Amino acid sequence: MNNFAQYLSKRIFSKNVEYAATRDGFGDGLVLCGQKDERVVAICADLTESTRMEAFSKKFPERFIEVGVAEQLMVTLASGMANYGKIPFIASYAVFSPGRNLEQIRTTVALNNVPVKIIGAHAGISVGPDGATHQALEDIAIMRTMPNMIVIVPCDALEAKKATLEAAFNKKPTYIRLTREKSPIITTQNSPFMIGKAEIFVAGHDVTLIACGPLLYETLMAARDLKKEGIGAEVINCNTIKPLDEKTILDSVKKTQAVVSIEEHQIIGGLGGALSELFSQKFPVPQEYIGVHDCFGESGTPQELQKKFGLTVFDIIESAEKVLRRKTS
Amino acid sequence: MSQKNLTIKQLEKKANEIRQDIIRMLYEARSGHSAGSLDMADIFTALYFHILTHYPKRPLWAQRDRLFLSCGHIAPVRYAAMAHAGYFPRKELLTLRKLGSRLQGHPERVRLPALESTSGPLGSGLAQAAGYAYAARMDKQKFRVYCITSDGEHDEGNHWEAVLFAAKNRLSNLTLFVDRNNIQIDGYTEDVMPLEPLNKKYEAFGWHVLDIDGHNMEEIIDATNHAKAVYEKPTVIIAHTIAGRGVQYMEGEYTWHGIPPKSKDELYRALHDLRTLGGTIQSEHE
Repeated sequence: MNNFAQYLSKRIFSKNVEYAATRDGFGDGLVLCGQKDERVVAICADLTESTRMEAFSKKFPERFIEVGVAEQLMVTLASGMANYGKIPFIASYAVFSPGRNLEQIRTTVALNNVPVKIIGAHAGISVGPDGATHQALEDIAIMRTMPNMIVIVPCDALEAKKATLEAAFNKKPTYIRLTREKSPIITTQNSPFMIGKAEIFVAGHDVTLIACGPLLYETLMAARDLKKEGIGAEVINCNTIKPLDEKTILDSVKKTQAVVSIEEHQIIGGLGGALSELFSQKFPVPQEYIGVHDCFGESGTPQELQKKFGLTVFDIIESAEKVLRRKTS
Repeated sequence: MSQKNLTIKQLEKKANEIRQDIIRMLYEARSGHSAGSLDMADIFTALYFHILTHYPKRPLWAQRDRLFLSCGHIAPVRYAAMAHAGYFPRKELLTLRKLGSRLQGHPERVRLPALESTSGPLGSGLAQAAGYAYAARMDKQKFRVYCITSDGEHDEGNHWEAVLFAAKNRLSNLTLFVDRNNIQIDGYTEDVMPLEPLNKKYEAFGWHVLDIDGHNMEEIIDATNHAKAVYEKPTVIIAHTIAGRGVQYMEGEYTWHGIPPKSKDELYRALHDLRTLGGTIQSEHE
């Protein structure tokens, strides 16, 4: 969508910007899926409230299955149910699923090619005080390497809701990454959303900023600040990491010839890795990475951690300036 | 169509034919798992030729009984039973493990209809079968879900998660077989990771337990009928088997878990054993 700017929330940069967590969008979306199609079932591994499956479990108790702390069981049950003909959503924290159940996802969902919808909640360092063991920083990389798997990272609660609805009926194994913290609502109810379609939030000619997840907000703020310096940044919301919207991304990159990738994830193998693979094959350009630099997270407030791990507006601006220097040198 | 009119003697003969095909398949493929495939031939024969409600010519018939093979490495016995039952021509059995074959080294759902699922890694078949059975019961389906596991795969936690789940949900439309042949790759199960008393473990987990001779056709069939009459619990049929059953130089030996007969001598001796029922009859029947 090249003219997406019209669909952005008018309140993004105002004091009364709306906040909601992507997991809340998922929870709402799941209930709608359940209303739409009785084949939709939900399975949870002892994290019903925090993964926001609770509303579904109360509304459709006969279609909700609690398995206790057993992520391998959760996904293999889902595989059997999808095999039968149900549309199962499974949810846990992204460190555990995928993670503890990786091989079962590989064999019983991806290789079997059954339409299980895997929700990886509490992803990224913004999980906060729980610390490193609960902060997933490698899940995009892991799921990206799975054949037959769709990988979606919604930028706000509204996208998360739309992604949930679309994923339910795409007939494919699908992974959706969600975060814990409330984050700004960037899109609107009317914003078009399509799995596999990257959106150009802001048009620009000098540098392309490609982000996924709630860091789109920081990216938009960075673009606004860069504009004051006379730098035109094009902001792309890459909501689908797999399959990548190669055309939209390459069209932008051919124009700007400089890229910063932005994700709440290791700089190894995630969105940045996927983009590098694309560029090195189709159109080599200098690229800077915003992400976690090959280390584990830790306890802290989300704001403190964002700063410590280099995921702020300031870091994005710095990287944009750095890649521009690389472009011209 | 569903064949429920074979006599016990006919079923035993069929199992013997299937064992011979397993040997031929493994020899031709030059790799594969002999011990478990052979020792489960009686149960697979009983399933495909008596127990299961199914139509080989309509492998995805919606009301068929489902069979999940969790210990996917014994795929040769499943493929052989399916071929003999009419799912595909017997000569296709010799394509086992070859490039482009529908008969992959470990069974894959997308390659061959009515395999129900993909397996090989161990420990996750019962959970899939339980999920399937649960979903089927939600829709008040009448068919039964069978699952076959090996004793070795009971080392995997995923399996016991499924055992807990099936008992919690009283999945009485689910019947589990355990191939209790006492072997795994690194040795005898009771040396590697002791499982006994296995029946008491299942009872403690809330299952109905049957212990049978896994080579006795009547006991196999009786046990599955018994399982159908138990409503408040899922049933496990612990089938005591002899690894490599039917081939004297393989019987009871864990070293034959993951290898095929390699030499012509091994091939002929195996077929000879099977054709003469271990030397108990003079002439080799075909």
